[in-house]
Amino acid sequence: MSSALYGLLAEFHAPDEIVKAAEAVHSAGYRKVDAYTPYPMEEVLDALHLHETHVPKLALTGGLLGMAGGWGLQYWSSVVEYPMNVGGRPFFSWPAFVIPTFETTVLGAAIATVFGMLLLNGFPQPYHPVFNVKSFATASRDRFFLCIESRDPLFDLQKTRELLRRLGASEVSEVAP
Amino acid sequence: MASQHPVIGPGHTFASVTDKISSIVLTKKTPVGWFFGFGIAFSLLMMLLATVSYLLVKGVGIWGVNVPVGWGFDIINFVWWIGIGHAGTLISAILLLLRQQWRTSINRFAEAMTLFAVACAGIYPILHMGRPWVGFYWLFPYPNTMGLWPNFRSPLIWDVFAVSTYATVSLLFWYVGLIPDLATLRDRATNRAVKIVYGFFAVGWRGSARHWANYEMAYLILAGLSTPLVLSVHTVVSFDFATGVIPGWHATIFPPYFVAGAIYAGFAMVLTLAIPLRKAYGLEDFITLRHAENMAKVMLATSLIVAYGYLMEAFMAWYSGNGYERFMIWNRMTGPYAWSYWALIFCNVVVINTLWWKSLRTNVVYLFIVSLVVSVGMWLERFVIIVTSLHRDFLPSSWGNYRGTPFDWSMFIGTIGLFLTLFFLFIRFLPTISIFEMRTLVPAAQPDEGKA
Repeated sequence: MSSALYGLLAEFHAPDEIVKAAEAVHSAGYRKVDAYTPYPMEEVLDALHLHETHVPKLALTGGLLGMAGGWGLQYWSSVVEYPMNVGGRPFFSWPAFVIPTFETTVLGAAIATVFGMLLLNGFPQPYHPVFNVKSFATASRDRFFLCIESRDPLFDLQKTRELLRRLGASEVSEVAP
Repeated sequence: MASQHPVIGPGHTFASVTDKISSIVLTKKTPVGWFFGFGIAFSLLMMLLATVSYLLVKGVGIWGVNVPVGWGFDIINFVWWIGIGHAGTLISAILLLLRQQWRTSINRFAEAMTLFAVACAGIYPILHMGRPWVGFYWLFPYPNTMGLWPNFRSPLIWDVFAVSTYATVSLLFWYVGLIPDLATLRDRATNRAVKIVYGFFAVGWRGSARHWANYEMAYLILAGLSTPLVLSVHTVVSFDFATGVIPGWHATIFPPYFVAGAIYAGFAMVLTLAIPLRKAYGLEDFITLRHAENMAKVMLATSLIVAYGYLMEAFMAWYSGNGYERFMIWNRMTGPYAWSYWALIFCNVVVINTLWWKSLRTNVVYLFIVSLVVSVGMWLERFVIIVTSLHRDFLPSSWGNYRGTPFDWSMFIGTIGLFLTLFFLFIRFLPTISIFEMRTLVPAAQPDEGKA
């Protein structure tokens, strides 16, 4: 409806308040909801059912690619591309190849984990509507925020605001898009 | 548990933790002591620059290395620095997986220490190539004009892979941990330019629950990946020696003995840095006596493993019945470098065992001195392993002695300057303690137990 609004941002002072509010908002049927907390809170993730993450799959993929790449590089360069007799050892000295392969596996998995996490989170993201609310700067200090977006089908400026007030929000701000 | 010192001082809130740590960075008034320390560190760094410039002009002949001791200060210092790095990853990864809450206030600067130590270590093998700008083809697999590839059967190449992976993963781990704190600095900075710089590196972090879900999983996976990685790094470093045929190097005990020594040396360096840091910036509430005591216990435990290594080296030399092995250990204890062996035993076996007394473990001045003694001891350990094994090898006609030249020393002290310069810059421009993880320790956050 109101496309001139990103959503409503409610501010809370205590960790247990945000947990209760997140639970209440989720059970009221809102789904386009996000919480902003100064530290990771398991209970908020539980309340909003946000535990699903694709990071492990990316880590596994990166690790397998690193493993195949490291092993393949050693095999190709030592056996195919430039076979060289070093001290009579076999060209395909697989026990020796295990160690660099381990390292490239870890490297691939770590790079996939970090950059996968950043990409899944949509980073780098220099602009986001919630930053328009001045008090949001305290979300990285000691305040807890809950945002209901206007694209949620249940969103209604009046009713949603009342709900957030009832849940104990110290302040409910409209977020410009 | 009850009688122990707490991991955080009483009366702290989300706001007080945030303000205390971020104010160290965001203050306009840099402490005079910082300039003093940075000035000394930077002068030493300039000494490194001068030494390296001269080295590149003249070649490695300015070092003391020669037949039979072809590996001198460069490898000693490489192993010393790499070892120091290990504590950072151990604290950030292994103690995270073991749910040790006390790691929280020391992991950030321990990880920074790891990165800087690895940077110092990396200088040595590169410069030991003599002409590093042409020597890379045998280190890194890249298509070069000679069509050559590295020899992957060589432990030196394993080392390249292990150390470069370790440096990369440590950097990623450190940066991921910094993101939420960079967002805090962005939000708390008043100067617009400062805001933009921190904002750039914070990549738009806003503490969203959706982001935390991915973030926590990524952090956990990184810890899981770093745990075997950190154990592999010093194992591979020890392979540089253990796969050789030199008596004194060719021993199966080397990998665990080196890993324990690395953790031991690393915790000593963490204490060396933490004790002045907490004093200078009034961080006694965050880095408490609990941390000091726990680190002392880790040092004590790993020192016993290291001492077992010394014992086993001697025992195996005797038990092997091999004349060269027996001569090696006898020469180590009574030969021209006996002073270094007994100084090592004094540092790593005698002094450290005073930490069995709780009163000494909780005395930070004493711990600081012990940590310096341990750093010296671990340097001597590498000196003993490398020099005493090489200087009397199989052929008496090629025996010789080794000593570091002034350039060896100026380069070593110069890398300490590099390390300290980076560390001083780090404590000035980045939060030395993980702010978002400290928030999980304040009483208000405690109803939700179960934070990893």
